[in-house]
Amino acid sequence: MAPALIFVGVFVLVPLGQLIAMSMTDRSLLGGGRFVGFGNYIKIWNDAGFWRALLFTVKYTIVLTPILMILGFGLALLTVDNTPLKRLTRTVAFLPVVIGLSSSSLLWFWLFDEQVGLLNKLLTDLRVIAQPMVWFVSADLAFWAVVISITWKVVGFGMVLFIAGIQSINPEIMEAAVVDGARYWARVFRIILPLSRRIILLTTLISAIGSMLAFDQFYIMTSGGPRGQTFTAVYWIYQNSFVSFKLGYGAALSIVLTLIILAFSTLQIALTARSEAK
Amino acid sequence: MTSAALAPDDPAVAARRPRQLARTAYLTAAISIAVIAVMGAPIVLSALASIKTAGDASASPPHYLPSALSFENYAKVFRFQAGLATYVGNSALVALIVIASCLAIAAPAGYGLARFAMRGKEIAFLVLLAPIMIPYQAILTPLYLDFAKIGLVNTHLGLAIVHTILQLPFSIFLMRSSFEAIPREIEEAAVIDGCSSWKRLTRVFLPLATPGLVTVALFAFINSWNEFLAALILMSRETSFTVPILLVSVRQGHFGAVDWGALQASVIISIIPCLGVYLALQRYYISGLLSGAVK
Repeated sequence: MAPALIFVGVFVLVPLGQLIAMSMTDRSLLGGGRFVGFGNYIKIWNDAGFWRALLFTVKYTIVLTPILMILGFGLALLTVDNTPLKRLTRTVAFLPVVIGLSSSSLLWFWLFDEQVGLLNKLLTDLRVIAQPMVWFVSADLAFWAVVISITWKVVGFGMVLFIAGIQSINPEIMEAAVVDGARYWARVFRIILPLSRRIILLTTLISAIGSMLAFDQFYIMTSGGPRGQTFTAVYWIYQNSFVSFKLGYGAALSIVLTLIILAFSTLQIALTARSEAK
Repeated sequence: MTSAALAPDDPAVAARRPRQLARTAYLTAAISIAVIAVMGAPIVLSALASIKTAGDASASPPHYLPSALSFENYAKVFRFQAGLATYVGNSALVALIVIASCLAIAAPAGYGLARFAMRGKEIAFLVLLAPIMIPYQAILTPLYLDFAKIGLVNTHLGLAIVHTILQLPFSIFLMRSSFEAIPREIEEAAVIDGCSSWKRLTRVFLPLATPGLVTVALFAFINSWNEFLAALILMSRETSFTVPILLVSVRQGHFGAVDWGALQASVIISIIPCLGVYLALQRYYISGLLSGAVK
């Protein structure tokens, strides 16, 4: 126990203390470190770039999360019974979850490319589009390109959790519903969905936290562009701290992000704890 | 859950309408095959592109299939900058340190949480939750500055420490639930036989907790192998890149133009270890995912 506590203390709590202290200074890589009180936080309030990045991250989270939940639940319903074909479908749908975000982002960066990308080739061959689209010059198209790639990458995560949720429903309840003549979709909406409420909520939270902390996929696929329209919150911190080396200001941004995430993760932990008490 | 309870229609009704049941079965089979195609296609296409000739891989408009088999893209990645062996070696060494430290820290902590009543357990618990509540993205700046002071930047150990922080809460809680699942009677028998508490941990508990240990190691490996942001910040020297940073570096190439064939070869190289350990240890991965997320 002691080693774990010391490790977390030294490498999480001490840095957190340093982060708070640093957020009150104008420290940069060159030096500085003058105490500026809440100056950085006031600067954040007036930082249009930060608000744009935060709003963009929220938009990304709000658009992506329902897509992941609905498709994940659909895949869970499709593959919950144990036939060889369904098991294979489950395994293949889950494969992208275990590969790296950087690998999947570069894979999709290639598929979306207007010159060599096979997605454009497929869409033109199917006559969906007349000529290859240039996905990453428009903020909207770039946004959807990332959403598509991430949906492919993580939809299997929700699927697996939802399958476990469906399988944990007491079979007697389902059999009783069948005897009572409840059709398939009635069973899905009246029994499976209500009884999976907690697992859906937890998966939604885990997924939303992940999206709020998005970085890799935007760094690799859009580089924050075009014209800085696809910076996320973490990317904005990265830009300030490790590109412009405004360490004090980056620290204040990090504190703000931590507080936002804290609200989500406290809810997540409370939900998990309640299930343990049962 | 019996599969009958979830079958598209209940047996009594279905017996009267066998044709509709058959139609539903065909329909779900067709959807399943479509899902397999859509989800599998990107990896298959990337693998096919990686064995095209370099010219073929950069052709515009592109072809779905390679016209000739060639390993020149892999050869190029093999010789890229400091050499593929260096980068795979860096990633593997970091992952090994992460696995070792997660096991060494999480096993005793999980054992303590599962078996001992102690004062301040709630506070200890809260401290152990800290890495979940505080996103590591936020504390990378102070960690970077501290590591720079003590010479841990551009070292395997430094990156491994950050990755261990990421894995630690999951690892501890997984070990706790594995130890809790071991019946107390076995422990009591060991006490009666005169085992010390350390001996009970190493001789009785650890063997029984092996599935938990495997799961901790598996997640430590995959998450460390794939982690991007900390590696990007801490491993800035060309010889200390890990595989995810190598990928970005391959895309930048030497002269600005993207070498698409080499890029897909490096993508495939980066995902093979993950797919390999996942397919080999699928059962552990899924059970770990479930206990990490919802239990």
